[in-house]
Amino acid sequence: MYATPLDLPDFDEEVVTEAHVRFFEPRGLGGKAALITLDNGYDHTKPSSFGPGGLKNLWRALDEVDAAEDVKLVAVTGKPFIFLAGADIKLMPSLESREQGLMLAQAGHALYKRLKDSAVPTFAFINGVALGGGFELALHCHYRTVSTSAAGLGLPEVSIGLIPGWGGSQILPNLIGVEKAAQVIVGNPLNQNKMLKGKDLVPLGIADAEFEPADFLEESLDWAVRVATGAIVVERPEVDREVWPQVIAGARKLVDEKVHNASAAAVRALDLLELARHASFEEGSLAEDEALADLEAGPQFQASIYAFNLVRALGKRPEGAPSPGLAKDVRKIGVVGAGLMAGQIALMFARRLEVPVVMTDLDAQRAEKGLAYVRAEIDKLEAKGRTSKLKAAKLRALVSASADKSVYADCDLVIEAVFEELSVKQAVFAEVESIVSEEALLVTNTSGLSITAMASQLKHPERLVGMHFFNPVAVMPLVEIIATDSTDPATLATAYAVAKKLKKTAVGSADRPAFIVNRLLGRMLAEVTGVVDAGTPIEVADVALDELGLPMRPFALLELVGLQVCWHLCQHLNEDLGPRFPASANLKRLAEADFPVFDAAAKGKGQLTAEAKALIELGNQPSSAEEVKQRVLRGLAEEVKLMLDEGVVPSPKQVDLAMIMGAGFPFWLGGLTPYLDRVGVSTEVSGAPFGSVA
Amino acid sequence: MNDTIRDVVFVDGVRTPFGKAGKLFEDTRADDLIIRAIRTLLRRNPALPPERVDEVALAATTQIGDQGLTLGRTAALLAGLPRSVPGYSIDRMCAGAMTAVTSVSSAIASRQYDIAIAGGVESMSNHPMGEGVDPNPRIVAERLVDPDALQMGYTAENLHDLYPHLTRERADAYAVRTQQRYAEAVDKLTPDITTMAARSDEGWTIAGADELPRPGTSMEGLANLRTPFRPHGRVTAGTSSPNTDGATACLLADAETAAELGLPVAMKMVGFAFAGVDPETMGVGPIPSTEKALARAGLSIDDIGLFEINEAFAIQVLAFLDHFKIADDDPRVNPWGGAIAMGHPLASSGVRLMTQLAREFVEHPEVRYGITTMCVGLGQGGTVIWENPNFKGAK
Repeated sequence: MYATPLDLPDFDEEVVTEAHVRFFEPRGLGGKAALITLDNGYDHTKPSSFGPGGLKNLWRALDEVDAAEDVKLVAVTGKPFIFLAGADIKLMPSLESREQGLMLAQAGHALYKRLKDSAVPTFAFINGVALGGGFELALHCHYRTVSTSAAGLGLPEVSIGLIPGWGGSQILPNLIGVEKAAQVIVGNPLNQNKMLKGKDLVPLGIADAEFEPADFLEESLDWAVRVATGAIVVERPEVDREVWPQVIAGARKLVDEKVHNASAAAVRALDLLELARHASFEEGSLAEDEALADLEAGPQFQASIYAFNLVRALGKRPEGAPSPGLAKDVRKIGVVGAGLMAGQIALMFARRLEVPVVMTDLDAQRAEKGLAYVRAEIDKLEAKGRTSKLKAAKLRALVSASADKSVYADCDLVIEAVFEELSVKQAVFAEVESIVSEEALLVTNTSGLSITAMASQLKHPERLVGMHFFNPVAVMPLVEIIATDSTDPATLATAYAVAKKLKKTAVGSADRPAFIVNRLLGRMLAEVTGVVDAGTPIEVADVALDELGLPMRPFALLELVGLQVCWHLCQHLNEDLGPRFPASANLKRLAEADFPVFDAAAKGKGQLTAEAKALIELGNQPSSAEEVKQRVLRGLAEEVKLMLDEGVVPSPKQVDLAMIMGAGFPFWLGGLTPYLDRVGVSTEVSGAPFGSVA
Repeated sequence: MNDTIRDVVFVDGVRTPFGKAGKLFEDTRADDLIIRAIRTLLRRNPALPPERVDEVALAATTQIGDQGLTLGRTAALLAGLPRSVPGYSIDRMCAGAMTAVTSVSSAIASRQYDIAIAGGVESMSNHPMGEGVDPNPRIVAERLVDPDALQMGYTAENLHDLYPHLTRERADAYAVRTQQRYAEAVDKLTPDITTMAARSDEGWTIAGADELPRPGTSMEGLANLRTPFRPHGRVTAGTSSPNTDGATACLLADAETAAELGLPVAMKMVGFAFAGVDPETMGVGPIPSTEKALARAGLSIDDIGLFEINEAFAIQVLAFLDHFKIADDDPRVNPWGGAIAMGHPLASSGVRLMTQLAREFVEHPEVRYGITTMCVGLGQGGTVIWENPNFKGAK
């Protein structure tokens, strides 16, 4: 016997979504319409979701509809801006057993099936956010309309270690074809969890009609009446079943390339999509139930929920940030340097803070060049429609460049993005300090130099703070914020306030070499180059971490960051932190090569050219891939433990958040430490797990 | 310079369903009501390129909150009209939409505009009559106006005093008839009533019909109603228009432009007039405004074949009919029912009268002229005379 919503135990913390039913007689229908509104009673900042209570409410609403006479049309919609955000994610960790997970999956199926099997035509009026179980509710309706302004639509389950288990994996491929369904169910969640917009649904074949938001419900109802009375016949293209095996094979290859099949959810989702080609809906539903129950009880989902909450909570309220009330106003910004990084920083500050930004460089020609770069970037934004004509004009007016540093005189914040060399930075700050007011913030974008050493030569070291952005600065969501012992609370509060305005996730770090992300990536690369130096072939070393599903293999990371930069970092870490970071002779040779090291034809894949391969000198102690993996993981566990002991961060949570946002480490690893705990490496290395995930 | 006057035509008019204040549209924004009306109007007239609209004149009596912020402009933007289309707000209390029509029509006639949208809205749920008013103390100190004139129910009682032969019974009979006429004609009104989504604690509903009519109204039922405006008075809820939420919008054009674009001509404007009367008996306003409009058009009351008169109160209609020696139950007057049945969302009602007259013209090719007229708080009347393009008789 399968569970229905009425069998589910209540969940105390559920914000219960009501399912209000209103009956009325639209013109021309010749009977009643039943309009169900899903509404949790809060405004759009608290989206409606489904737990046991919400499922029961819709179940009873459908009972009410069934009991009514002369109903010719049933439609479901939501409160303003929200259709339904899916299953209540808070509820999932409270599932005590696989049995309970299975029941929840079955209950959703039993409920939604009523919309699918209804003798009366059913409609979803997708007025706004429809995610996961909300999107699946809409898929079960016979017809769908969507508001052209709706945002936040899709099936993101795979991104948090689950699969669309309330019918999504079976209905969608049979509605729009397996290729587009694979994109929505697997491709988008693995692509920074890309969401669909209202205007995407009709072209994809997911919605049958779209209407503008101003009178979306009225026009949707009018359309629904015409469908119900036969005045409009909805035609959907036949789904091509021949391409199925080929598409699934392609998608499997893509998942392999992208995350090396490390995402159990992605693999399971593809299995379900494959099944959907021939399986009956009932058979497919059973498979979904099992997959959902398995994944909910599995470690990747637990880690995903941990990561999800990290990003949502810690990401919004950084630990160690002083009261935001202490932050100073920032009404003009100076950027020292007019190179590529400086230009990117200048544009980002202008876009987000909308205050004047002045760049300087050594001479007028360089300053002009830097400004020309920024203007060209603004032109591109405007051409792509990313900014309006007016906003583009405003940005052009805000950013200026000069060879004369006196333009910094009335700046509230001056950030340097000059060459990564302590003496250079010290000289810059000495000069800037003689121009700006005593209160102006001085900010360094150093990726690892000692900020304390920079502060030591300042008259007012209390206003110096580090803000380490990642390249490309406009895209990467992380900024590490580094206070020295002398940084005062107002300065630190301002840095966090600025990070928030820049829409970055801020993680605080002590002033220790390479801070958080670069230190751990550095350690990872040190271990990999170390095994290569010792005799492990690159082909073996490079794939050893595949089962983690990192966004890039080590050599691809080297290619992206640049060999010179990596070698520079490697030397620094070796000097500052010792032989854990050996100065790899092979890395040095590659960094100093005067010919292309990476194969341009396989750009981004970290493949060495034949010429470069010839430079590699292998030792006589090769390791197997498994040995390499263990060595890297032990190295990372050791480094995290040392960072915690040194007080770089107060807890493993900051490490995990930084690795997710700064290095793209997957949700299903929980960043890093939950994975290290799970595979037992933490205990092996330091005698105890990090214990971030209970 | 071309200084000839052009013909102005009424192309089309629509309205939202009218809701009982505090009920159906209590949680619906007034601007959303009129935006829906405007969008429906544009959708019904696909031959009109929206960028050809030269003006959006919208009326509301209380121009604050969701009825403020230069409603004509904001509603135009929110309705999706091109940003190049201008708009403004207008107020003549109950004759707001009527004044919006006459103002833009004047500009069309004098070649300043080719096409305009006019309309009005009132959410009496959220903006009851008199909200936020601050009457000048001189009104009392200098006895300029009886304070009773500010409360429309009192002015209706005053009319009964002034015309004792217009009894409560006649008013009740009028009200029963207008409810009957509405009930019989509702299917003819419906095509010009758009649907409107309304949210409440019970979820969304989508309204397609007026909420207020009481089709079973009887003389006996009315006789038992109390008189809220005066002890043992004569005016009751049954003979008054109720507090109402709703919006109207219409499209006006120069006749040649309408022909050029292939827009239909529902009525042709002949002329209009506004007139002032004693604020204490504001209900007689339509009498001088109609006389003035007829005189200027060179017509007499006998030339008018259809009357759409706003039923603020039954007594005020009776006073008008009495003056012009027209029977209380004359079939030419409000043949499809009036505001006592469907409601009177103050500033929006003028266009409702016109839309209704336009539909009635189609059924009456023997009628050449009709009028829309209404009384206005603080003692005014407004009248617009229209010509029926369907007229088949000898001119």
